[in-house]
Amino acid sequence: MASPRPLSEQEIHGRRGRPITDRDATDISRVEELSYELKVQEVMTADVRVASPDMPVSEVLEILRTNRISGVPVLENEQLQGVISIEDVVRAMRDGELSAPVSEYMTRKLVTVLNYDPIVKALQAFTESRLGRLVVVDENGRLAGMITKGDITRGVLLALQRDYKEEELRRYRASHLFEDIVSDRTTLVLRYNIKAQDFIRGGYASSHIKRALLRLGADPQIARRCGIAVYEAEMNLIIHTNHGGVLKTEVEPHRITMSTVDDGPGIPNIEQVLQAGYSTASEQVREMGFGAGMGLVNIKRCVDKMEIESAVGKGTRLTMRIHIPSQNSSAQKD
Amino acid sequence: MNLQQIIEQLDLTVLTEPRDFVSIQPIGGYSSDLLSCVMAGAKGNYIWVTLQSHLNIVAVAGLLEVAAVVVTENAQPDAATIAKANEQGVTLLSTPKSTYEINGRLWELGVRLPA
Repeated sequence: MASPRPLSEQEIHGRRGRPITDRDATDISRVEELSYELKVQEVMTADVRVASPDMPVSEVLEILRTNRISGVPVLENEQLQGVISIEDVVRAMRDGELSAPVSEYMTRKLVTVLNYDPIVKALQAFTESRLGRLVVVDENGRLAGMITKGDITRGVLLALQRDYKEEELRRYRASHLFEDIVSDRTTLVLRYNIKAQDFIRGGYASSHIKRALLRLGADPQIARRCGIAVYEAEMNLIIHTNHGGVLKTEVEPHRITMSTVDDGPGIPNIEQVLQAGYSTASEQVREMGFGAGMGLVNIKRCVDKMEIESAVGKGTRLTMRIHIPSQNSSAQKD
Repeated sequence: MNLQQIIEQLDLTVLTEPRDFVSIQPIGGYSSDLLSCVMAGAKGNYIWVTLQSHLNIVAVAGLLEVAAVVVTENAQPDAATIAKANEQGVTLLSTPKSTYEINGRLWELGVRLPA
């Protein structure tokens, strides 16, 4: 690769020069999310200058110049007739017709978006129409404002800034939870009800637990180990139980205890299920890549202590524990 | 070798929304279609090569924070899987080539295993 490469996004926008983390990934997809959440009316310019069809083009030129804008909607009796933009004005100038009425040079083909549309709609309209500004109308087709790509950029940046501050605040509050609340024994318990065969939600609890731990200020390595252990336990409830079960994570300053409880079918031979490669998963489930017989082996590797109690016909209880080394020791497993 | 170069050299199709692939430097790779093996064998910033294309690969990739998932032999993740991947910041790549070939090419490109 000797040829100079184009500047990366990172170099242009000055993103921190390190591999993208879980946290960054949230920020990135947040922009996408925002384009669905933010409404056109939240970012548009509502107070717009307008022209009338019988106004001379020269007057529009003056409006555009003094307001430093590139186009205005044309209204007659509060009804939208079209848009006149700088390009239309240039055409009139070329023809030496600056005194001609706006109606002769305006663009009648209107591309509009609704004020309560998500901004992703406006973005699509910008791409399809190749226009630089769009007219925003309300549900009655009346002019509500104008929107440019610049408005969208500004709106998204403001929303991201707001989000970022909120997340910082949340992290700050969460990470001080155990210091701020004084008791003889403070614990935070997260409970998730896991349904049997609900593969669609597989990993839901574990990814939320991992995120919660990171917010609480846990060491990323510990959050990761918990995430993996809880994922395997969560999938076991989904794959093997009759009616699902409850997944519980109890966070304390010095340790994290995770457990699953279900009401059957129960494990006949615990020694057997602890062997790497042993699996009772159905053919169908194996096709999805489960049933490697590694679940409990993985859990054991990730946690400091694992216990299984099971009774056939009654159910299974799996308890996993990770100790959090005190601040001044950096001992880590894995 | 950054992810952008890997995508270009192996002619991979990006299924999820584009990201700053130039800044992602995979440090190794892992291949398996068994999710628990991946949980045990793949590490953060690895490339995971698999034939699996269903929703659950996203949870695994997200928890491990892999650099990208390469789905081989044109196995097609559905829209829900792609949406979930975007939500979790997981990059899904697709290729008609087999897992064997992709692994070989990645090795040739210098994506081996961390010392």
